[in-house]
Amino acid sequence: MAAGARFAAGYPITPSTEVVERFAARIPTVGGAFIQMEDELAASITILGAVWGGAKAFTVTSGPGFSLMMEHIGFAVMTETPCVFVNVQRGGPSTGLPTLPAQSDMMQARWGSHGDYEIIALSPNSPQECFDLTIRAFNLSEEFRTPVMFMMDECVGHMTEKVVIPPADQIEIYPRRRTTKAGLAYKPYEPDADLIPAMAHAGEGHRFHMTGLTHDERGYPGMNVPTQDKLIRRLQQKITRQAARLTMVDEANVEDADVVVVSYGITSRVAQRAIDMARQSGVKVGRCRLICCWPFPDAHIAELAKTAKAFVVPEINLGQMAREVERAAGGRARTIPVTHAGGSVHRPEDIYNAIMEAAR
Amino acid sequence: MTATLEVINPVEPFLRTERMPHIWCPGCGIGTTVNCFTRALLESKADLDKVAIVSGIGCTGRVAGYLRLDSFHTTHGRAIPFATGLKLANPELQVVVYSGDGDLSAIGGNHLIHAARRNMDLKVICVNNLIYAMTGGQTAPTTPATAITSTAPYGAFDPTFNLPSLVEAAGACYVARWTTFHVRQLARSMAEVFNKRGFCFIEVLSPCPTLYQRRNKLGDGLDTMKYYKEKSKVKNGAPTSEVGLSKDGEIIVGKFVDRDRPDYLELMKGRLSEQLGERYAEVGNLLCS
Repeated sequence: MAAGARFAAGYPITPSTEVVERFAARIPTVGGAFIQMEDELAASITILGAVWGGAKAFTVTSGPGFSLMMEHIGFAVMTETPCVFVNVQRGGPSTGLPTLPAQSDMMQARWGSHGDYEIIALSPNSPQECFDLTIRAFNLSEEFRTPVMFMMDECVGHMTEKVVIPPADQIEIYPRRRTTKAGLAYKPYEPDADLIPAMAHAGEGHRFHMTGLTHDERGYPGMNVPTQDKLIRRLQQKITRQAARLTMVDEANVEDADVVVVSYGITSRVAQRAIDMARQSGVKVGRCRLICCWPFPDAHIAELAKTAKAFVVPEINLGQMAREVERAAGGRARTIPVTHAGGSVHRPEDIYNAIMEAAR
Repeated sequence: MTATLEVINPVEPFLRTERMPHIWCPGCGIGTTVNCFTRALLESKADLDKVAIVSGIGCTGRVAGYLRLDSFHTTHGRAIPFATGLKLANPELQVVVYSGDGDLSAIGGNHLIHAARRNMDLKVICVNNLIYAMTGGQTAPTTPATAITSTAPYGAFDPTFNLPSLVEAAGACYVARWTTFHVRQLARSMAEVFNKRGFCFIEVLSPCPTLYQRRNKLGDGLDTMKYYKEKSKVKNGAPTSEVGLSKDGEIIVGKFVDRDRPDYLELMKGRLSEQLGERYAEVGNLLCS
């Protein structure tokens, strides 16, 4: 709500439901709406309808629900609908571990919908960051006109900690990129210099068209190679061109580190314990916590790989982001995944052992 | 002296003429329904800037793209939930869902019944050609028994949905059925739902000469008009349980249901203001900064 969200649609699923429960209680006093839909397919497109009706909107889900939302993540990408999808990750595949943590949807967040596209995904590791980064997520979705994935995990989702909420006037909000063109002169997919088009809402007299089909600048379908090439490359480049600016990491002691622990979400907090233990053992180990997981900070990891001998990548999955680290390191530093199939956090010792092995 | 005769079709201002020719086959009924719809817009004097049209996927799904309105061509089966979000974010909008039988009642069947249950203020036009036409004429939940389709080469045998009965049971407050032969009645029904609050559903039986009529040896578009004329019987107020369709039987048409019940937004406002009193901030237009 601090981010300007006035609409949410959801379908109950553990361990994410608290978000909409709270929203449903608060939003009627703020001037907005929550609707509980019949399934996640519905919830994930109801929010898109609300966005084109003028609202800032989001939905919240977990594992199986995230799978069902994939089609509309693709639809939001294609139609450049700003919105936020929150995924409080639990163990999978399938019904998996409904009440227990995992970080195993990271690749699904990146690649889950069909077709080629770029995505933005943020991963908080504390209640404070849940607040701050949610605002960031909405702002990025509005700036880039793209769905933003908010990748929590069950632990962060259920964590209780002090949160400082700044006064409303100190919260920076990125306004919707509204068109200044009146009536039929408006072309819904004519991009600005940064490749991102300005938006109009239904009911403003533009009588515009939007479609999930490949479309031209007027929003009209164009079933041919040049239209597809132009659109799909623009959708990709509007994000990749600004990838460096999207890099968000939280780092310590990486300058002279032999080993850099790359982690995100709840695992970064467990990893910190292992890092502290290893530093006490005399290992030069640094921390690189990914806050923005997608687009992946390729250039940044490549830079670290120039000085570090190895990356240790603990995550509650069987090595999803570790492969990205390895790819970005380009063979200049070793990558050691510390995998976990899900259901709890790592034991710090397992990460510690990997750091010690990496330092050898 | 040469005289220039310029004739403008009265529905032309409602169409994106730059997108013509359309994709529909000769004899297809969808264009006829669009013609009726534009006449209904004309007649109802709706503020066209405040009318939004939402389609799913399929031949009828293409309607949104041809109408000069704010138009949304969404995903398969999900026009109704998209329209729900649109309506809730801006209740001023008159939101029309225009899609086919497969889109609305098969893949989108769950959304259809739930929107009717909520009595969401949506006007749903369901063009029923008894098959999936865009993909080549496969069996739909509306395909009558014994009809040949591309996936039922020996004739369909699974029972069909009786759509008017389905949506009435789910809670729709206006239910009508016409065929593309009944253009005046259809246009009148379409105009009527513009002035009706709540979930309205109009089923329009429409030929697919290319895939349904041809495979079932029912002739072309014109033959189907004759067929509709012959087989249709107007029974306004008929119990919807008795209007099920069969391959060769009578086609009961008419306005079956016209009742009033509070719509979703009224119910939401009523309950929340009762519970929250002055703390309730009514959902207006959620237009963001």
